[in-house]
Amino acid sequence: MLADKDRIFTNVYGYQSWHLKEAQARGAWDGTKDIIAKGRDTIIQEMKDSGLRGRGGAGFPTGMKWSFMPKEPPKDHLGNPKPSFLVINADESEPGSCKDREIIRHDPHLLLEGALVAGFAMGARAAYIYIRGEYIREAEVLFAATQEAYDAGLLGKNAAGSGYDFDVFVHRGAGAYICGEETAMIESLEGKKGQPRLKPPFPAGAGLYGCPTTVNNVESIAVAPTIMRRGASWFASFGRENNKGTKLFQISGHVEKPCVVEEAMSIPFSELIEKHCGGIRGGKDNLLAVIPGGSSVPLVPAAEIWDAPMDFDGLKAVGSGLGTAAVIVMDKSTDIVRAISRLSYFYKHESCGQCTPCREGTGWMWRVMERLREGEAHVEEIDMLQQVTKQVEGHTICALGDAAAWPIQGLIRHFRPELERRIEDRLGNVKVAAE
Amino acid sequence: MPKVKVDGEELEVPNGATVLQACELAGKEIPRFCYHERLSIAGNCRMCLVEVKPGPPKPQASCALPAAEGQEIRTDSEMVKKAREGVMEFLLINHPLDCPICDQGGECDLQDQSVAYGRGGSRYHENKRAVTEKYMGPLIKTVMTRCIHCTRCVRFSEEIAGVDEIGALYRGENMQITTYLEHAAKHEMSANVIDLCPVGALTSRPYAYEARPWELKKTLGIDVSDACGANIRIDSRGREVLRVLPRINDDVNEEWISDKARYQVDGLTHRRLDRPWIRRDGKLQPASWSEAFAAVASLNPGKSIAAVAGDMLDCETMFAAKSLLGALGSDLLEGRQTGMDYATDSLAAVSFNSTLAGIETADAILIVGSNVRWEAPLVNVRLRKAVKRGAKVFLIGPEWDTTFGGQFLGEDLSVIGDLPNEVYETIRDAKRPAIIVGGAGLGRGGLEAALALGEKIGLVRELEDGTQWNGFNVLHMAASRMGGLMLGFAKKGGIADLIAAKPKVLLALGADEVDFTKFADSMIVYVGHHGDKGAHAADIILPAAAFTEKAGTYVNTEGRVQFSDKAVFAPGDAREDWSILRALADALGVSVGFDSFAELRAAMIASVPALGIEGLADYGHVLPAGGGSASGPIAYPVKDFYMTNPIARASGVMQRCSAELLHGEEMAEAAE
Repeated sequence: MLADKDRIFTNVYGYQSWHLKEAQARGAWDGTKDIIAKGRDTIIQEMKDSGLRGRGGAGFPTGMKWSFMPKEPPKDHLGNPKPSFLVINADESEPGSCKDREIIRHDPHLLLEGALVAGFAMGARAAYIYIRGEYIREAEVLFAATQEAYDAGLLGKNAAGSGYDFDVFVHRGAGAYICGEETAMIESLEGKKGQPRLKPPFPAGAGLYGCPTTVNNVESIAVAPTIMRRGASWFASFGRENNKGTKLFQISGHVEKPCVVEEAMSIPFSELIEKHCGGIRGGKDNLLAVIPGGSSVPLVPAAEIWDAPMDFDGLKAVGSGLGTAAVIVMDKSTDIVRAISRLSYFYKHESCGQCTPCREGTGWMWRVMERLREGEAHVEEIDMLQQVTKQVEGHTICALGDAAAWPIQGLIRHFRPELERRIEDRLGNVKVAAE
Repeated sequence: MPKVKVDGEELEVPNGATVLQACELAGKEIPRFCYHERLSIAGNCRMCLVEVKPGPPKPQASCALPAAEGQEIRTDSEMVKKAREGVMEFLLINHPLDCPICDQGGECDLQDQSVAYGRGGSRYHENKRAVTEKYMGPLIKTVMTRCIHCTRCVRFSEEIAGVDEIGALYRGENMQITTYLEHAAKHEMSANVIDLCPVGALTSRPYAYEARPWELKKTLGIDVSDACGANIRIDSRGREVLRVLPRINDDVNEEWISDKARYQVDGLTHRRLDRPWIRRDGKLQPASWSEAFAAVASLNPGKSIAAVAGDMLDCETMFAAKSLLGALGSDLLEGRQTGMDYATDSLAAVSFNSTLAGIETADAILIVGSNVRWEAPLVNVRLRKAVKRGAKVFLIGPEWDTTFGGQFLGEDLSVIGDLPNEVYETIRDAKRPAIIVGGAGLGRGGLEAALALGEKIGLVRELEDGTQWNGFNVLHMAASRMGGLMLGFAKKGGIADLIAAKPKVLLALGADEVDFTKFADSMIVYVGHHGDKGAHAADIILPAAAFTEKAGTYVNTEGRVQFSDKAVFAPGDAREDWSILRALADALGVSVGFDSFAELRAAMIASVPALGIEGLADYGHVLPAGGGSASGPIAYPVKDFYMTNPIARASGVMQRCSAELLHGEEMAEAAE
């Protein structure tokens, strides 16, 4: 179990105030000037050494992402250098995820400090924090915290006395899940309809307003200052190889005490549940399945998840993924088909409509799922559904198509007998009724 | 020049080419819906998926992927076949199967590609989506249930037309393409989205349910609604022209045409002159051809005869008239109906020298007295492209809504000689400066003043790459203008010379813009096709053929000679213009030296050789010095884009466009 002294988010439960004074007492904004004095390359190297992988779901190494930003700014057609931007993704809309919310609510200054450190490391002129529209109170906190930081000289001209000019803008979204996709977020920031862009060009080459841009998750940014203060080796001392560090896990569903908790990576699922959540509702044997990383990863049945290490590679090995570490626990009272069908509805509702497979496929998959829920289908349609998910997966502009396909694939892989049982049950009923 | 392998065949592709282009170079067909050469890349239909190594183990959208050295592209693998079938299936699940009553049938990309790349059967058993129709104005009919969301129309209106008229609402499977608040699409080029639409979502409203494409006879023609000479295809069935579509010609119209060029043709069946008329006792009364000819001959005009050429005439008609007048001993020929009298000694000084395609490359442009959007919508598209490349545009004249920004300098011609310093310096220091003088800028010394300014800046110059640049441009509005000038239809004093000569007979060749009250003592013989202003003033009407009813040579504003074919026969007793003039020569007892159209054309080419060679006529690069000063307020001659010629004025579609789009009349949908 992670020792209290090793926690980065020391106020994640809000026992103390989020304001600047208290945050500074907890260590935020401590020696920021010295961190920046180390220089861009040192910071990026330190981040690489820490082994931090992006906390937004895809798990791309953060230090490497920062290093993609051009050292020399590209020129526009008039020969003037273009600014670079950091965009912080606080559009936390993945069903099950609620870690960024807690960070912004209770530790916003860690995020703002991280914005400065990360922004400096990538040579960004400013950071845009794109916060989910539904996070109204959180946005209020963030606006106030930003103002505090400006008033204290921690942001703006000569931010934190470092000699570096850096601005932070908070931008509220309007409630579209797809705006959490990095290029759709850039479109939305530019005031356009939130639809993902084609890649290449990647944002590091041409992102916000055509300028070099890096989009990072809130958690990835917020842990950066602490890593810089305590050293890459400290951060890398947690978790297995290639899955280093600490992580906010968000456990919801059928556990005794759902919670958000910071733990070391690679903690076994059983330990996470038993130590922090008071165990599965009704005991270990009552566990049916777990969605370990937010709605877009395939579910894992009880037997396989119980001893699995909660990290990128460990969950990949059981055919799922860490995602945002939003652990959705389902016990045997769950109508698993209905649960996945509801997720399908979510993706149908949130598809941006830009590219064909996702626009048309999500609706089709949801409708078939709804029929399967009642068993109102033929057994062959299960295979058809599987094929349709394969026709969507990997054929779309962004990853929403994949995210819509995976939960269904997971369901068919692990619960096909349940699907067939419902079809057979219904056929039996029909026969009886017809007599 | 990266080297790639397409289906095992190695080839070199140009730098910056996409994988899709590489496949095309290798002769492989790549199906596509959203991709279009002239629009930005959207990559959203996913139909063009191919397998590319190195790369992720999934199919890639070839339209958006740059071709890179060493790529191995496969268009024939199982993965690609599956991917195409999958996308095709998705496109079809919510597409209505109403092909039998769809106007796109027979020329539908979705139909064609589902035959070639689709699965055999359907696996979709849910309900199909239905979308309410959107109102897009009098030209575009919508059946939005058929929309496959390729966004070509959205990109066209944003990028080419430069107006944010069409966009997408909602998201996911509820996404709908519509105009803002369902207002009519108002841009002069709006109907091009009908051609761009790969399915039957946007179809032609006037042409709705008129014909199937395989019934139509396709004739290659030249548009006469403005002086750009857009290349068109005239689709006819029997004796009626049903629609006009653009042909691709990158030098002239790319693949667009204006709404007027496209939709004025229903005017060809209204208000037609289909028999000769003679004015007796102040009233026009039907007559026979021989009576009409006898009436002209009875006046025995001798050399007291003049001819005015209308705006839509072909060169052959003008040459026939010139031959007739020549045989009678007259040279009273004029084409500038409204009284312009600019000097025409140098044709280079009155043509669009930079060429339509060349104006795209200009980096500083001064427009004098032209509402380009209404006078030449195709040029406006080019100007927008120039601005996108970084050109600065300045305009002299009353403000109009450009689609490319630009700075208006004043409304008076005198501004030409008195440019603000920074404007003058911008144009002077540009690498490829250009001046465009429009119809409203030519008169009152405007042309000479513009020439003088051009001389000072050095509009004619050799560029760094050794090519010749001539940035002096005159933008005409009449399809017949340059041809007429080449044939000598210009008097020094303009039409005033004709008035002063007090001819016994005035031949009005499709001329409807002349102030005929000035010819009160002349017998006005109107040779034309529509009962418009010219026919109202005429003493004798000889019914002739419209542009779709005769073969002809046209010269556009840049001096490009183009040939047009005959699509249909003229109605009733109407005859082709040249044969009328040939018969008139007999009636007047003179010989014009040709007995057939071929002989006429040969004689014309012998007289003006450039008219026999398709392409740009060479006017040389020497411009007259110009000089003097111009002054006077500029007033654009086109008051109503949809009503500029007799065909358009007779067209019900153009009338409705004018009423609804320009004059804001609410049009009630019939029976709805």
